Amino acid sequence: MHPQVLLKNRKPDRITTLEEYREGGGYEAMVRALKDETHQSIQDILMDAGLLGRGGAAFPMGQKLSTVLENAPYPRYVVCNADEMEPGTFKDRVMIHADPHQLIEGMVIAGCAMGAAHGLIFIRPEYENAARILSREVENARQAGFLGKAIMHTGFDFDIVVHRSGGRYICGEGTAILNALEGKRPNPRKPPPFPTFKGLWQLPTLVQNVETLCCVPHVIQNGADWFRSLALTPEGAGTKIFSISGRVRRPGCYELPMGIKLSEIIEDYAGGMCEGSEFKACLPGGTSTQFMPASMYHAVMDFKSLEDAGYRLGTGAIIVFDQNTCLVGATLNMIAFFVRESCGWCTPCREGLPYIRDLLQRIENGQGEPAFVDRLKEMCDHLPRAYCAFAPGAAAPVESLLEHFADEVNEHIEKKACPFKSS
Amino acid sequence: MLPSAVKTELERRIAEADHPKELVVDVMMACQAAYGYLSDEAVAIAAGMLDMTPLEIEELATFYNYIYREPVGRYVIHICDSVVCWMEGYIPLRDYLCQTLGIEMGETTPDGRFTLLPACCLGYCDRAPAMMVNKRVYGFLTPEKIDAIIDELSSEE
Repeated sequence: MHPQVLLKNRKPDRITTLEEYREGGGYEAMVRALKDETHQSIQDILMDAGLLGRGGAAFPMGQKLSTVLENAPYPRYVVCNADEMEPGTFKDRVMIHADPHQLIEGMVIAGCAMGAAHGLIFIRPEYENAARILSREVENARQAGFLGKAIMHTGFDFDIVVHRSGGRYICGEGTAILNALEGKRPNPRKPPPFPTFKGLWQLPTLVQNVETLCCVPHVIQNGADWFRSLALTPEGAGTKIFSISGRVRRPGCYELPMGIKLSEIIEDYAGGMCEGSEFKACLPGGTSTQFMPASMYHAVMDFKSLEDAGYRLGTGAIIVFDQNTCLVGATLNMIAFFVRESCGWCTPCREGLPYIRDLLQRIENGQGEPAFVDRLKEMCDHLPRAYCAFAPGAAAPVESLLEHFADEVNEHIEKKACPFKSS
Repeated sequence: MLPSAVKTELERRIAEADHPKELVVDVMMACQAAYGYLSDEAVAIAAGMLDMTPLEIEELATFYNYIYREPVGRYVIHICDSVVCWMEGYIPLRDYLCQTLGIEMGETTPDGRFTLLPACCLGYCDRAPAMMVNKRVYGFLTPEKIDAIIDELSSEE
């Protein structure tokens, strides 16, 4: 059993209460940070710890905080991105249901590190239970003096509101979330200026994912070296909540060290492949990452190692496909998702993604032609010109399908039918 | 008409907010709950309360997946069609739901009980295939489980 940090208080049937969280040392890091640390020292610890954003972008949290200028205007904001709408990803829901005060404490410390007094948790409609839990526990924390005015007699004010989304994947993009919170149409913004300079209401705003913020109290409590030592590789830092689904026996969330091997996650934690299934491919971090073929079965799962191998860890949401699953059909499904959930702001996304979907649909239906493959590649090449990272993310499974599973695509075209349906 | 208690509560929250527009989704949702969907009248009311134009409300209402600009049934079933649910049997379950309810995707039963809509990932991939009814999620779906859920909802009235 690897060390459990973020899920150490997880119970099979209920959330961890405020009292239980405190018994395990909860809110100690926050009180110490508010009393003894400065903006700079908290940023330094997070930087030294190598805490990278767990929402998919993997940007160092300490570095992001350091871009908040000392003389920047007030009020400043901490936004928790609990939108988590990428297919395959459900770790934030599990974390909120397991131990919500960890997130609340992380937000207060993040607020302390940048002089913010306001926290907002932006949460998707499908997570209504989690939103209710958070609303209740925020109130409990307020009653206990961990939120509100002059927290624990430190003179530091910080409070949190739970903000429900109307539901759309693009709202979870790092700048679209700001427009959503302001009551505008949630198209992404084009940085610069970055949100830490001009974010919510044009004021300094830190946007972080649930898992990232949950790491913060533990880093402050135990130190940067401890956090780095949790990982199995020098390039990694901390643990990672891997949410695994698809053709495995025990889909679910597992907290494992950064740098663990994919094969170990599947075999030792997810119970191995389902009866009769053989590993064909997986998406390592949600649907905006590339298919990893069987040759990557023993891949080292940390941000740097996967990047060096030409892949992205993304959110760490592993979706496993077996030999009976048509990857053209799977990719078509994912592109249909991206088409539906795009904000439609810019042409590569609005026009390019439906065109890719139609080409894949025709291949899947047995109406594909050899020229479609080159056209798909050409369209994917256009997508990085889009306004935000949505379209390049959507291209990732398509590009890797063409690269690693060209035979499967060609078989559809040559047989003029989906081989998985006819067999 | 928006019930006066709902209107009063929304007006209180709007008056207390530093930036009233950040409540627009909550206001639309509350109006939707009162009218059953976001009717034209509800659009006008939401716009008036937030000092926005009906067009501004309209562009948000048509953007969000859970704001309905057309009437829906008392139970809105969102069946998840994300890649994990697709892999775990979404298509036969969707067909079973359509057959059981006697409607196509996007339609409402003639008795006004059920509306069937697709949902992108519900975030319950560990319990695929899944669907959500009025924000309550059901996982590990089978035809038998769908029958039981529909029966239970039907008997609630």
